[in-house]
Amino acid sequence: MAKQYETVIGLEVHVELATKTKIFCGCTTLFGGAPNTHTCPVCTGMPGSLPVLNKQVLDYAVAVGLALNCDITRYSKFDRKNYFYPDNPQDYQISQLYLPICRNGSVEIETGSGKKNVRIHEIHMEEDAGKLVHDEWTDTSLVDFNRSGVPLIEIVSEPDMRTADEVIAYLEKLRMTIQYLGASDCKLNEGSMRADVNLSVREVGAEAFGTRTEMKNLNSFKAIAHAIEGERARQIELIEEGKAVIQETRRWDDNKESSHSMRSKEDAQDYRYFPEPDLTPIVISDEYLEKIKSAQPEMQPQKIERYVSQYGIPKYDASIITGTKRMADFFEEVTAINNKPKKAANWLMTETLRLQKEKSMDADEIPFSAKNLASLIDLADEGTVNNTVAKEIFEKIFEEDVDPVSYVEEHGLKSVSDEGELSAILDEVIANNPQAVEDYRGGKKKAIGALVGQVMKATGGKANPAVINKLLMEKLN
Amino acid sequence: MELTDMTALELSEKIRGREISVKDAVTHCLANIEKSEDKINAFITIDKEGALKEAERVQEAIDDGSLTGLLAGVPVAVKDNMCTEGIKTTCASAILENFVPQYTSEAVLNLKKAGCVILGKTNMDEFAMGSTTETSHFGVTKNPWNTDHVPGGSSGGSAACVAAGEVFMALGSDTGGSIRQPASFCGVTGIKPTYGTVSRYGLIAYGSSLDQIGPLANNVSDAVHMLQAIASHDIKDSTSVKRDNYDFISALNGDVKGLRVGIPKDYFTDGLDSEVKQSVLDAAEKLKEQGAEVSEFDLSLTEYAIPAYYVIACAEASSNLARFDGVKYGHRAAEYEGLHNMYKKTRSEGFGAEVKRRIMLGSFVLSSGYYDAYYLKALRTKALIKKAFDRAFESYDVILAPAAPTTAMKLGESLSDPIQMYLGDIYTISVNLCGLPGMSVPCGKDSKGLPIGVQFISDIFREDNMIKAGYAYERARGEIEACPMRKAGE
Repeated sequence: MAKQYETVIGLEVHVELATKTKIFCGCTTLFGGAPNTHTCPVCTGMPGSLPVLNKQVLDYAVAVGLALNCDITRYSKFDRKNYFYPDNPQDYQISQLYLPICRNGSVEIETGSGKKNVRIHEIHMEEDAGKLVHDEWTDTSLVDFNRSGVPLIEIVSEPDMRTADEVIAYLEKLRMTIQYLGASDCKLNEGSMRADVNLSVREVGAEAFGTRTEMKNLNSFKAIAHAIEGERARQIELIEEGKAVIQETRRWDDNKESSHSMRSKEDAQDYRYFPEPDLTPIVISDEYLEKIKSAQPEMQPQKIERYVSQYGIPKYDASIITGTKRMADFFEEVTAINNKPKKAANWLMTETLRLQKEKSMDADEIPFSAKNLASLIDLADEGTVNNTVAKEIFEKIFEEDVDPVSYVEEHGLKSVSDEGELSAILDEVIANNPQAVEDYRGGKKKAIGALVGQVMKATGGKANPAVINKLLMEKLN
Repeated sequence: MELTDMTALELSEKIRGREISVKDAVTHCLANIEKSEDKINAFITIDKEGALKEAERVQEAIDDGSLTGLLAGVPVAVKDNMCTEGIKTTCASAILENFVPQYTSEAVLNLKKAGCVILGKTNMDEFAMGSTTETSHFGVTKNPWNTDHVPGGSSGGSAACVAAGEVFMALGSDTGGSIRQPASFCGVTGIKPTYGTVSRYGLIAYGSSLDQIGPLANNVSDAVHMLQAIASHDIKDSTSVKRDNYDFISALNGDVKGLRVGIPKDYFTDGLDSEVKQSVLDAAEKLKEQGAEVSEFDLSLTEYAIPAYYVIACAEASSNLARFDGVKYGHRAAEYEGLHNMYKKTRSEGFGAEVKRRIMLGSFVLSSGYYDAYYLKALRTKALIKKAFDRAFESYDVILAPAAPTTAMKLGESLSDPIQMYLGDIYTISVNLCGLPGMSVPCGKDSKGLPIGVQFISDIFREDNMIKAGYAYERARGEIEACPMRKAGE
């Protein structure tokens, strides 16, 4: 019988913090800009320049640490990680090795197989590097330091995950938490959240870990899931063939859907870490910690509870619309306008999520205004448009943020509720569909659906279904 | 009084009294530079045009009453490891031979605010690594008292140009004695302030946790006034300390009655030249005559300071000097194959032997498997040495010591034996390890006619005690013969 293998996965997640300025200088963190325009002597490593810590970076790092149930290190330090590379202007990166700002955290995740805790080893602060631009034409490389010094935190988990599902659930939980804190937008495709996957396999029941590899360049949940499946299979195959798994860093190629070796442990650099002498130690006072704690925003569990009690929506609905802070905020905005929370929740949970998925958008991308969704809810509620039409209008709102009131006017989409007008159409439909009428009268109540459908067809979908039903009952009974 | 005989304070007073123009003072110094540079090579860059232009600006500011500082109009020089916008800043290295900074270091800005006129950038040991100013890419600087001898280092150019009367004052930097030792060798006064007192922003780092900028001048009072001008709390330097007060001048009162002066017996042992020893002990006697309580004590741990210092300084240097890689500025090898080869050739060509030695030493002590044995142990040693000084300052206000074990060596004598050169830092290094202030004041000459300096050390932020002792000693000592080259300058 074939051996059973267990996958052991730990993650190193880099998150770019949403500060206005860089971690050690006053330059803007704005994306884009002509190369080397968001720079100064500090972030280009000019001789004699010195770093000064941006306090907002510390605030965010501590806030994330608290939200992920970490111990906050009360005496923390920065260290220098020394390595030569042209995108690294000082040829050392200011990071944290010996005394990272947060340690010993944990997050609860939920997958199809239930709930579990993933422990967090540490969170540390560091600076991002610049970007190399390779010019094939002139065979030269150029460096842009606009990104150099953008603040990052690195969240290092313990090897507590066993499946791709758990990894995705963990990342989604991190993303949601950090977005709730406003500490980052956490976009994988834009690189503001980057995950490196450390993976090994071992026989089920084995105590010792297998040899692990580290996978880089994973830019989407899909890539992460595929990389995990691929790497698991690759390692199992090696073991089955009696070969050794080599400890190495591998790079995922999204197009080829496979990975290749970047460097092995033997090539690993000695980073010669030592305490950064240009920065003083960070001492966290009780007062500071209290200040950050009391400024923590309402997180998802509290929000769900409040939505259930304050708005009276089902817990299930509340848990879905609080999946991202953006959607929760949007829900509250719509509800503040017309106070129809259940209806607002419905539009978000069903149509909004469906269209986001269809268009491969992130769950926190809501490209329309609360005002327009509120008016649409009102129009449908008043019976001015029927549900079918409302869904059509919603797509327009989602795509172009149209004002539903004028849209209905312009396109003549008001539902037909006039009983006289509908009555004439009904008579015609009844006359033309004797079989359906007979079936209905014979007890096949469902046959009424065919009649309603015919009326809708005749009115171009605009008939008010409530009025049709009422009239049909009168006429048939 | 001739310009040459004036102190910086006297010169500024006459400039502010419109007896002398700033231009006259600058022209006088430029003429002295013209005469002496062939002999001593104290400067890497002389900014004649810029200095004359700045003289006009300073004169206007004095004339319209906006500039009234006690150092207004004084011609000065700056060690070539402090960035000066638009003026080449080389660290005396081939790798920065043509580097022109985009900004000016904070200490130099402060000096300009005080109305000092910068005539040029002075020679030094490459990246401040050395004790003789012989490791410079731009040739050695010679001692103006005797040009067969070194001026000391690494701020040798700054000490020599002040002694020779080329400028009235100069800025140096001190990582392990680089202000105090050349001051001693050249017969001038040099101060290394408490770590964090003068901003390091714009000072090209050697050992970041040890580097401190300070003044070199012809007397204690000038030096203290220059220190007052450059000291500031700078938010651009995280290690800059916000001091309770920045008043150093009021300690220039000569009152040492009851001041407790300790002489560490450990410093007066076999390695110390007998003439230097006698001269320094005579200085202690002078202080005693002024009412100071002078006594001997055991400092302990002296022999561990040098290894601890060289491990820490080189470790920091190996990282600080990584940025000189040929990518962004400075020298890049003309021909190379690929990135790694570009780094290797650029740095092999750009750095001199002593710099390479310290980068390798520093890289070694930080490398995996050796970090604990060397770097961590050095940090622990540093902490123990600090404790020994803390204990000493419970009993003493000032520690009196030699600045160097000998007077200036002959040119070419030291470089062949780096260990011997490192041992020469024995009396100055602990001050940097502990962040303490120290000052070297001329106290005599040896039989060869070479100057000797006595060093005063006080507790952190207690420059007042050190200044009191130095100033009282200087008054009791009386006038000393000026450097012959300075006299000849007129």
